[in-house]
Amino acid sequence: METNTAKRVEIIIEAPMEERLTSALERAGVKGFTVLPVLGGTGRSGRWSREGQVSRAGGMVAVICIIREERLHDLLEAAFKVVKNHIGVVSVTDCQVLRAERF
Amino acid sequence: MLETILGLAADNLLSPIILFFVLGLAAAMLRSDLSVPEAIAKGLSIYLLFAIGYKGGVAVSDHGIDATLLMTLTAGIVLSFVLPLIAFALLGVMTRLNRTDAAAVAGHYGSISIVTFVAATSILKSQGILSEGYMVAVAAAMEAPAILSALWLASRGGGNVADSSEREGLLREILLNGSIVLLVGSFLIGLVTGKEGLAEIESFIVAPFKGVLCLFLLDMGLVAGRGLRNSRGTLTAGLISFGIVMPVLSSLLGLAAGLLVGLSTGGVMLLMTLSASASYIAVPAAMRVALPQANPSVYLTMSLGVTFPFNLTLGIPLYLSLASFFGN
Repeated sequence: METNTAKRVEIIIEAPMEERLTSALERAGVKGFTVLPVLGGTGRSGRWSREGQVSRAGGMVAVICIIREERLHDLLEAAFKVVKNHIGVVSVTDCQVLRAERF
Repeated sequence: MLETILGLAADNLLSPIILFFVLGLAAAMLRSDLSVPEAIAKGLSIYLLFAIGYKGGVAVSDHGIDATLLMTLTAGIVLSFVLPLIAFALLGVMTRLNRTDAAAVAGHYGSISIVTFVAATSILKSQGILSEGYMVAVAAAMEAPAILSALWLASRGGGNVADSSEREGLLREILLNGSIVLLVGSFLIGLVTGKEGLAEIESFIVAPFKGVLCLFLLDMGLVAGRGLRNSRGTLTAGLISFGIVMPVLSSLLGLAAGLLVGLSTGGVMLLMTLSASASYIAVPAAMRVALPQANPSVYLTMSLGVTFPFNLTLGIPLYLSLASFFGN
């Protein structure tokens, strides 16, 4: 089976910022992304959990995009404008995808 | 009067809603694995907002709208704008928070906690004291102005308020946040459908209400306990004192406003409770967007871990005693 190299960008960001981030990605021409719930964790800003949250303010979400390498710069530029001041993690990894024309 | 306050506090402390809150708090502090799943917590809060909004609307349709409605709404909005300014000044005296954190905390104390309001209405009901049904609408109106005051306080000193791309849509999000839409929407539906409408859904929104409130408060106790457990190094003596002094001070302003407007004893007590309560739903979300540099563990722990338990246990009996003493 033929596979193709692509970049997998994972952005974990505060839940109240989700819509702003996904809108920025769409404006930057990103055709697809997946938003995943995350259960909890800990980091520089302390421990958090999505259980029993009375407000979305304390929760986080993960936004995952898989794109061609040449489009990575535009995506990161768009994402950075939204995430720069906020709690979260942005990571980029190499991955292999089937059906490269979809990305 | 002290006897009345102590008597009410004792009754209140032994009510199921408070005991379930304490159970949640203790379970979280003792690191029990008891938890309420996110979706269920959200479902419970939707139920409570729907029920309290609807019943408020029905009460207004039953008794009619009078001139004090507009005056009370205005008083609530003014209080929500002004309370953060007082909180900010008090934080400057009592704590060493930086300007951004102080502005964010101040915003929470100008806005309201709908669960504290619900608990207060529940206590009024158990004491057989009537209140104005439109206080629900006042609660909704008091959510947002404090956020604007907090942002103004942060930006006044050159604080780092979110740039225009982040502020984009913030006002719409604040005014149309799910809680406000559901509360106001249910209120309007209650107003239109009146007692006949209530009779149709009574078995769903009246009888189970207190039980659902108990479960919700169990979850609030768990969230507050987890916050307190993780707050080591965050909560100073100054912050804890502020979390108790500020609601009492705010309640006195609510008392003055309620008496000035001419509310009933129950209405005055509810306006005091709304003034004294601190937000943990609308304001934290707005602060994460607009004041990302502010430390969420400070304002969430203050609001949920200090002021909410204080209001629930001692504050509400105190406000009821003061309202009864000064009211009609």
